Amino acid sequence: MLSFIVRRLGFMVLTLILASLLIFAATQILPGDVATMVLGRFATEQALDNFRGEMGLNRSLVVQYGDWLFSFVQGDWGESLSTRADVRDLVLERLRNSAMLALVAFVMYVPLGIVLGVVAAIRRNSWVDHVISVGSLAFIGLPEFVTGLLLIAVFALRLDWFPSSSAIPPDAAFFDRHTLERLVLPALTISLVSLAYIARMTRSSTVEVLGMDYVRTAYLKGLSRSRVIGRHVLRNALLPTVTVVAIGIGWLIGGLIVTESLFGFPGIGRLLLFGIQRRDLPLIQATTMVIVVIFTMANLLADILYGYLNPRIRFR
Amino acid sequence: MATTTETTTGRGSRNVLEIEGLSVAYRTEEGDIFPVRDVSLTIGKGESFGLVGESGSGKSTLAMGAIRYLPANGRVTAGRVLLSGRDLLSLSGKEMRSVWGSRVAVVYQSPGNALNPSIRTGNQIAEVARIHLGMSKQEAHQRMLEMLEKVKMPDPESVARRYPHQLSGGMLQRCVVAQAMVTNPELLILDEPTTALDVTTQAVVLDLVAELKQEFDSAILYITHDLGVVARVCDRVGVMYAGEFMEQGAIRHLFKRPLHPYTLNLLGCVPHFSLGPRRKTLNTIPGFIPRLDELPEGCIFAPRCSLAEPECRVAQPPLVRAGEDHLTACRRWPVVPTPAEHMDTITADLMQARGEAENRLLEARDVKKYYPVPAQGPFRKDKRKVKSVDGMTIWIDEGRTLGLVGESGSGKTTMARTIIGLVEPTEGTISLRGEVLGPTTRSRTRDVLRRIQMVFQNPDASLNPRQTVGQSIGRPLALFGTPRGEIPGRVLELLEAVHLSPSYYRRLPSELSGGEKQRVAIARAFAAEPDLILCDEPIASLDVSVQGSLMNLLTTLQAEKGTSYLFISHDLSAVQHLSDWVCVAYLGCAMEWGDAGDVLNPPYHPYTEALLSAIPIPDPDVIQKNIRLEGSVPSAVDIPPGCRFHTRCPRFIGDICVEEEPPWREGEGDHWIYCHHTFETLVEMQKETLRLADHDHGSPGVEVQV
Amino acid sequence: MSASVDTATATPVPTRRSRGETLRLYGRRLLRQPIATVGTVVFIIFLLMALFGPWIAPYGFEEQSIPDRLQSPTLQHPFGTDNFGRDVFSRIVVGARGIFLLGGTGTILAVMMGTTVGLISGYFGGLLDEILMRLLDVLLSIPSLLLALVLLGTVGPSLLNLILVVAVLYIPMIARVVRSVVLDLKTKEFVEAARIRGERDSYVLFREILPNALPPLLVEASMRFSYSIFLVASLGFLGLGVQPPSPDWGLQINEARNYLESAPWMLAFPALAISLLVVGTNLMSDGLRRVLQPGREDS
Ligand SMILES: Nc1ncnc2c1ncn2[C@@H]1O[C@H](COP(=O)(O)OP(=O)(O)OP(=O)(O)O)[C@@H](O)[C@H]1O
Ligand code: SF4
Ligand code: SF4
Ligand SMILES: [Mg+2]
Repeated sequence: MLSFIVRRLGFMVLTLILASLLIFAATQILPGDVATMVLGRFATEQALDNFRGEMGLNRSLVVQYGDWLFSFVQGDWGESLSTRADVRDLVLERLRNSAMLALVAFVMYVPLGIVLGVVAAIRRNSWVDHVISVGSLAFIGLPEFVTGLLLIAVFALRLDWFPSSSAIPPDAAFFDRHTLERLVLPALTISLVSLAYIARMTRSSTVEVLGMDYVRTAYLKGLSRSRVIGRHVLRNALLPTVTVVAIGIGWLIGGLIVTESLFGFPGIGRLLLFGIQRRDLPLIQATTMVIVVIFTMANLLADILYGYLNPRIRFR
Repeated sequence: MATTTETTTGRGSRNVLEIEGLSVAYRTEEGDIFPVRDVSLTIGKGESFGLVGESGSGKSTLAMGAIRYLPANGRVTAGRVLLSGRDLLSLSGKEMRSVWGSRVAVVYQSPGNALNPSIRTGNQIAEVARIHLGMSKQEAHQRMLEMLEKVKMPDPESVARRYPHQLSGGMLQRCVVAQAMVTNPELLILDEPTTALDVTTQAVVLDLVAELKQEFDSAILYITHDLGVVARVCDRVGVMYAGEFMEQGAIRHLFKRPLHPYTLNLLGCVPHFSLGPRRKTLNTIPGFIPRLDELPEGCIFAPRCSLAEPECRVAQPPLVRAGEDHLTACRRWPVVPTPAEHMDTITADLMQARGEAENRLLEARDVKKYYPVPAQGPFRKDKRKVKSVDGMTIWIDEGRTLGLVGESGSGKTTMARTIIGLVEPTEGTISLRGEVLGPTTRSRTRDVLRRIQMVFQNPDASLNPRQTVGQSIGRPLALFGTPRGEIPGRVLELLEAVHLSPSYYRRLPSELSGGEKQRVAIARAFAAEPDLILCDEPIASLDVSVQGSLMNLLTTLQAEKGTSYLFISHDLSAVQHLSDWVCVAYLGCAMEWGDAGDVLNPPYHPYTEALLSAIPIPDPDVIQKNIRLEGSVPSAVDIPPGCRFHTRCPRFIGDICVEEEPPWREGEGDHWIYCHHTFETLVEMQKETLRLADHDHGSPGVEVQV
Repeated sequence: MSASVDTATATPVPTRRSRGETLRLYGRRLLRQPIATVGTVVFIIFLLMALFGPWIAPYGFEEQSIPDRLQSPTLQHPFGTDNFGRDVFSRIVVGARGIFLLGGTGTILAVMMGTTVGLISGYFGGLLDEILMRLLDVLLSIPSLLLALVLLGTVGPSLLNLILVVAVLYIPMIARVVRSVVLDLKTKEFVEAARIRGERDSYVLFREILPNALPPLLVEASMRFSYSIFLVASLGFLGLGVQPPSPDWGLQINEARNYLESAPWMLAFPALAISLLVVGTNLMSDGLRRVLQPGREDS
């Protein structure tokens, strides 16, 4: 088990290094001339030169990358080009907001998705299953900005239950009615796609387990259906769901970006968009790196948890 | 459908299971099919009933229908099932659950999947005791350990704490049996419980079943396709064909004097392990098992029956009593020939046709193939090796067959793959007619590649699903230089050689049965006009009747074309039937080898002896030595020092076996044994054991002694 | 009769079928899934729209008419008009082409490259495989929308860039699917038989392996296509997709945000179009999987 964790950790570090290289390449090599990209095509030669000097763009790419990565690891994420604020403070503050939003969504869709998936699998080919399966196929296909706008149209504009904008003050407390109220609609919006994804995957792994010989054995031992499901099926069927949930975080992040922009929610996704619109290089790089680190860690955790829960890996 | 109420009655006074006129239907995409029709049987207390039949004959469906555990698309359409007088078909779901596990227990084929991978084995067994016997946790635990001891599990405490993946196949099957016996059920259903196991492990599990029969008085329904297994553990037997019983009776009657042509044919198409002259053709059954949606009128066996007459096709013959405890569904049972007559009628001796050609064709010398052990961590490369083949030398003469036998893990397949160049040997050389070959297919010339061909085990994967039969057979022809225009003609010739009609030319593999696929694969191998064909368990996954006809095909083709075979199998009967020379391998190394007549006659290497005594022989009167190998084949990573067989050897001498590698001892003729015992001591010991077995058996009608 | 237990006791022995029967069986399987059939029909309608859009649309997609702005649906403007007085229906019809062009071309590119990578990686294995897979892992470690935004944000959202981004995003997933199929097929006996005959790698790859990898590949491609519509529309909504004034459904919805109450049709119809197309494609690919790979549940 320990060697399993060490191995996974090794892979994670490798992946992160390569990902940082990719992000660096995408932001500082792909666009050609960074100075022109940031300052625009009509900037004077003088301004461009100044900018290059300031950003250290005259150095070789290897040095630039090494320097950038080293500072990032050290916690020096640079200064925003557009607001002149410290990128780290900015990112961490927005990250906290996004985390709140993600958490609310997470506790909504993960349990519900699992329950729906299991129910559909147990009642395979019944109308319940058809409703859940087709419903999840449909929801997986609905982009967040569509569902979000529909939710706004109905629950904010028509029924006026929730505010249509989710702008919250920078120091908003989590357990505050004012804050929570603003989190409901965006969280719901993000949840739908992931909910559908988890339900589908859980259904398929449960169906697979239901067809295994040991489930037959369990029934023929005279166990009640609930005991077979609870003790023999779920244990094995939910194992892959651990990984599925982690992969689903990728969807969640995509959803965050769109939803935050839709609801005007001050999270990391909107920060990223802001950075992209302003061509604020340090901001783009830092937000992207932070998200990638979080996503990778989530996958690592899921891997380890999976290995721990799976006796075939734990006792190899 | 005629209702047959006749069943043979068990010897026990009380019938535990009575099935009367049971029919089962499955809903399919093409409409309903009836895999079991109007079937009756009874099993008495303490009796074991063998249900035999080829794949798809409805054995499992009958058993599962009787205890009401059918797939969602299945249902019982007629009949009555009484378990100790209680009608199972009228029970509610809840009542049925209290029957399952407590009064009926089931064991299936693959032990690896029958236990939940994420629950400790002990807890799974104890669960039954808690649910059905209302035991407390401690009591259940106690009971579980008791059961594990009853099934002769070494070290039950530690086994109970382990997860299924940490146990070997044989151990798992014992756990499953222990779990089944916890409540001392009235009926125990065993559905092919040993099919997935090695012969040696199978023998141990069969002994266990026989002992359980003594100890518990459960009625046993034993499902298998192997007549030999039935002969070893059953009191009575029913032969099923396409959903109906053809014959039922006490095993002695049924094996001595089968009264249905189908049973007779089944017995005729398996090679018998006998020490008489080899190389006869086997009697096989023409045609196929009918599709369930196209059953013939009248006797369902009529289209394949050599005794059929027009009346047979009119009405379905009922099961009639043909003797004490013997029922048959054949109208013409009085004229069914005896097994001896049956053998004499068709078998042709193929040995005559062969001359004395004694040129050495292939030689594989000191072959080793080591694989790296998969790394466990990025910083912990495992230096150890999996020694799949560990120094094996074999040779094959022109036009002859070398049989390679051994348990799984003995390196048989790796040896074949090394010879043909699919894997590169770690050490050793392969030479063909004295010319040393390159280590991989890439380094061999086209002509060399042409000379060695292979037929694989799994018929479903042998042919490209997207290519027609014609394309599959035509490709090697084109590759090895047959002019384009002649290819279709040659393909048709080859099809004919493997007894397939020209209509198969355009078929896709999905339109063929397993046996037909294997015929096409054989035709494809012969298309290259090779000198040598490596047959890696080519018949293992097929039904016995199909196995028989493929063995006939292989022998006739060899007689015609003079091709040599390397015939790999775990089935000693098939090997002795086909081979001129035999090599017995264990853990990547040969243990005994030489002329088939010498290897398969005493004295044997202790391992060969154990293998032979493990084969179930379809004749209840044969006396076999009771030699059992405990444990399983050790890991090929840590091969035991000295003689690698010493951890399981029943003839173990002492330190010398652990410390020193045994010598190759040469016997008379062409016969080598790898053991510290001399030929003389082996002869002595083996005679003595046989005398003891004979004594234990205590029956007069001894025929063959193995 | 039997207790309601939904597990199989026996795998049905395959019966022999002729090719005609097999095809009919596929047909029947498809028709037995009315939902998948509906999905396929929806997909085809949109495909036709993309092909013949400019001929179907009653107005030019750029045709502004300020007096007619924000009109609710009428016979003249079945889907109403937008804030510039442009016909919403025409913009949707013409916009279909952009979606298919971007998503379709991107997916096809991804399929081609992903298949190549997957074939090579799976067939040759070894270090090359290890390296390729690690690289793909890196691409997968960045959530796809994020990667798309960063790439488009720095290089700019031109049509070509959009297509390339879609391709880059989906290469890893397709490569993985193909690789796993190849790994499975590679050890199949018919492939070994080809190697034993001394067939060239190209023959083995393209004649023995690839044809058998097509069904799962087809299923995967159709699924990727539906995701790509999702992605392209989301990018459009975020302002990094097709640039105005070209018609783009995501962009249309973004513009509709400010008129949610005064002109809800501006939102409703493009949203309906996106949803229908994506959901239809999803249903179609799900049906495809059931027909081509029965027994496999989800991927
Ligand atoms: N769930 C099912 N749906 C439809 N047909 C089935 C189903 N299960 C089995 N069959 C068919 O019913 C027939 C009998 O099958 P069954 O499994 O009972 O045979 P068997 O004698 O146990 O065979 P085997 O030796 O292969 O286990 C076969 O033709 C099989 O294809
Ligand atoms: S009834 Fe006729 S066809 Fe059937 S087995 Fe007997 S002889 Fe053959
Ligand atoms: S050498 Fe010893 S251990 Fe090996 S087979 Fe002979 S007696 Fe058995
Ligand atoms: Mg069966």
